[in-house]
Amino acid sequence: MPLFYTYSLAISDELGADPVEAIIHFTGIGALNILLLTLCISPLSKRIQQLPLLKLRRPLGIWVFVYAFCHLFSFLAFEAQFDWALFVGEIIERPYIWVGMLSFLLLAALTVTSISNIKRKMGKRWQQLHNFVYLILLLTIWHYYWSVKLDVTSPAIYLLLAFILLSFRQNKFKRLSHFVSFGRNK
Amino acid sequence: MLIKTPAKSLLKENQVTDESLYMNRRDLLKKLGYLGAGTLLSTSVGASWFSSDKKETFKQASLTFKKDSGDSQILTPESKILTHNNFYEFGTKKSQPAELAQSFKVDPWQLKVSGEVENEFTLDYNDLFKLFELEERIYRLRCVEAWSMVIPWIGFELSHLIKRAKPTSKAKYVAFETLYDPKQMPGQKSKRIGGGIDYPYVEGLTIEEAMNPLTLMSTGLYGKTLAPQNGAPVRLVVPWKYGFKSIKSVVSIKLVEKMPPTTWNILAPHEYGFYANVNPKVDHPRWSQASERRITSGGLFAKNRIPTEMFNGYQQEVAHIYKNLDLKKYY
Repeated sequence: MPLFYTYSLAISDELGADPVEAIIHFTGIGALNILLLTLCISPLSKRIQQLPLLKLRRPLGIWVFVYAFCHLFSFLAFEAQFDWALFVGEIIERPYIWVGMLSFLLLAALTVTSISNIKRKMGKRWQQLHNFVYLILLLTIWHYYWSVKLDVTSPAIYLLLAFILLSFRQNKFKRLSHFVSFGRNK
Repeated sequence: MLIKTPAKSLLKENQVTDESLYMNRRDLLKKLGYLGAGTLLSTSVGASWFSSDKKETFKQASLTFKKDSGDSQILTPESKILTHNNFYEFGTKKSQPAELAQSFKVDPWQLKVSGEVENEFTLDYNDLFKLFELEERIYRLRCVEAWSMVIPWIGFELSHLIKRAKPTSKAKYVAFETLYDPKQMPGQKSKRIGGGIDYPYVEGLTIEEAMNPLTLMSTGLYGKTLAPQNGAPVRLVVPWKYGFKSIKSVVSIKLVEKMPPTTWNILAPHEYGFYANVNPKVDHPRWSQASERRITSGGLFAKNRIPTEMFNGYQQEVAHIYKNLDLKKYY
């Protein structure tokens, strides 16, 4: 499994000169890639009715969280090397990390509420919470963009892909914005 | 001068990753479609898929030099120095310079020394190794990205070169320029590969910094001439400043009156200044500079985070230059 394999390469010093940077990048990009994949499922399943694609959303979503958790944990364990003052200091002082942390916390909320019992108890509010996945997507790309030293080609391409995926959900956003504006007009 | 492939025995560090192991790992990763995961939208996937099978490798030559015998620092393994490079003329990923620069031609070469001097001259390729006695200097290199290496450079003091040019009283700064050759440097040909930089790469020092005994013109490392990814055939090394000041593949050294433009300062003036002295008390706007990851041997679990030292630990040699300068303002 790619995640485990990459970590073992990093541990045996076979992931280039700076395995810490490589691991943090790999887990971050991995989370983003799987997130994009997860968001392809709904539009795809409408077009390919034969395959039970919708069932994949939860396991894929959980993988996004696993990669994101590894990303955060790697930062704490290998970058900051458990220097808690440094870890907390960086989270507080660096805007690109706030954006990443916010995205992660939202993602954690979605992951915890993916448990069937909890989903049932939440009723309508479950879908409202899980609509935050679009915000998570944008925050993650923003976090990536702000973390890059110079070459913004890659984050820019992800942003383009994100807009393409979001455009498949135009109807959903139209309904959401109607809902919001009705609420205001009261 | 004979250019020959060095024998394995010339390598001093036996912790160097065996080349076959290094190449095998890359092949395995590629087969798992996995270099893909990290480089999904990489612009250089084409290059790395096809180029590593039948690659021309740059040939380095061994050098004679005076050893830095007193030094006891733990060196960074040569394999890491050769494969972890910021040299955007050959791509913005750290693995790209080693991949794409193997056919870089360093002979013939011209290093022109000019400007506010009595004696203008040009060094050719052989002059780089013959004109001044070569010595080994083991220096720490601290990247602005908060990682560092310990590198056994070989070269001669920049001060020797400048003295030979006899600078006039108007010479207050030294301006450096890298080769401009889009035919050989894909990052200069394509803005996408080269990070959008307006080449050629330029750098500068004050005359006092340039004349400091630490400032080195390096023509080799680990006992051999420089590999292209390390800035062959000649590059600057200013160990008390962030690594981007140590300009590579230098073709022009000009003594000037006014502070010269420097590439990273042009790209992001609030992030990279002219002085760029290593300073744990002055953070980069987006990340801390108080500590760094020292790259030696060891993988993910290496406890290699160390506090960054003022002037990269070279306070004794250079702090006096800045005693009247506000280093928070002049970062």
